[in-house]
Amino acid sequence: MSEAVLLIGTKKGLWIGRSDAARTQWRLDGPVPEFEMQGVYAVGIDTRGDRPRLFVGGTSEHWGPAVFHSDDLGATWAEPPEGSLGFPADAGASLERVWQIQPAPAGQPGVVYAGSQPSALWKSTDGGVTFELVRGLWDHPHRTEWGAGFGGQAVHTVLPHPTDAEQVSVAMSTGGVYQTADGGTTWKPANQGIQATFFPDPYPEFGQCVHKLAGHPDVPERMFAQNHHGVYRSDDGGAIWKSIADGLPSDFGFPIVVHPHEPATVYVFPLIADGNRIPTEAKCRVYRSRDAGSTWEPLSAGLPDVSYVPVLRDAMTTDTADPAGVYVGTRDGCVYASADGGDSWAEVARHLPDVLTVRAAVVG
Amino acid sequence: MIAVRLPTVLRPFAAGAERVEVEGTTVAEAFAALDPPLRRRLTDDQGAVRRHVNIYLGNDNIRDLDGLDTPVQDGDELLILPSVAGG
Repeated sequence: MSEAVLLIGTKKGLWIGRSDAARTQWRLDGPVPEFEMQGVYAVGIDTRGDRPRLFVGGTSEHWGPAVFHSDDLGATWAEPPEGSLGFPADAGASLERVWQIQPAPAGQPGVVYAGSQPSALWKSTDGGVTFELVRGLWDHPHRTEWGAGFGGQAVHTVLPHPTDAEQVSVAMSTGGVYQTADGGTTWKPANQGIQATFFPDPYPEFGQCVHKLAGHPDVPERMFAQNHHGVYRSDDGGAIWKSIADGLPSDFGFPIVVHPHEPATVYVFPLIADGNRIPTEAKCRVYRSRDAGSTWEPLSAGLPDVSYVPVLRDAMTTDTADPAGVYVGTRDGCVYASADGGDSWAEVARHLPDVLTVRAAVVG
Repeated sequence: MIAVRLPTVLRPFAAGAERVEVEGTTVAEAFAALDPPLRRRLTDDQGAVRRHVNIYLGNDNIRDLDGLDTPVQDGDELLILPSVAGG
């Protein structure tokens, strides 16, 4: 019997929502969260294997970061004795936080990527139990020039190519988009056309503050980016980016996600500006485009008409069910879910700590 | 033996124990003898004491002594305390 699971990573722990496959009635495990008092910046759901594997990347301000996995939908969690990932001695850095846990596409069983602070990419080939530092990106000559955004300096997005295991895109704040075509050995910046409003040269080779990348497996050459001011699409795999912000009330925001079955349908959550990080018109509104960013519509049914809080970069997601579920979590601890691609929304949770990340899947 | 006394929040990493006993002539050696999941909560992947972890030998924070190189002897007790941090 199918069931749905929703992982809600917050600043003070993990909440797990559960539903039947219809995804219209959710209940939260609790009352105490898992990983209590840890900042859960990354969660993941790997649905490729015989049974789903859940991931959590949590950071205790006292006891440090760690990645755990669960093969029983969150009833129990495990980590290897020496931890899932850590910098080798010669790297001269220590792991501060895991920002992203991204299972690779179905054709690469066992491969899971992680992105961290400080900015590094990690690759697991054992299903996400242990990860190795991807040296090609860590040793990149640009690394010393990558900066720290307000949230820290991190690889926060990993977007593996859907069919070519050698190709991976990452995004970091700050630094921008980098891509490999040889399995991680060499990396090139891919930021042409993306603006950096905080530099004298607004179009540098790298250094942009790309907040999130997204793509659809059926159209691998098309990618979307929500930038620190700027919403972009690339139709050539990241070589050139063009603005798709016309029609949005603002080009500032953090998340961007693509519909699981409609490659031209994309969602963002506009905020007024860098210096005014509240939703446009102070209304909680997800904006949807069904034509790859040419036109946009606000989605409001079931979302609050007054809101002063952002949705952070990893706090919007979709599941892969049909009809598609879309989920957003806010900095005031609310989670809204749509089981109809965004047409209507219902509150799943309220009064949690700041929501940092959400992932959902229908499993079983 | 060196005793390492744990705050409540770390006891799950020591099978619930309030204190564990290990061998060692320095704090670093004593920590190296801890179970890795517990050791990793005290020191980071480069082996440094985590910033918001305080380790006391008697009334002295080891940061004010020789850090992880602080000598310890049989019967000593290391008290682990989280600092007041976070919001």
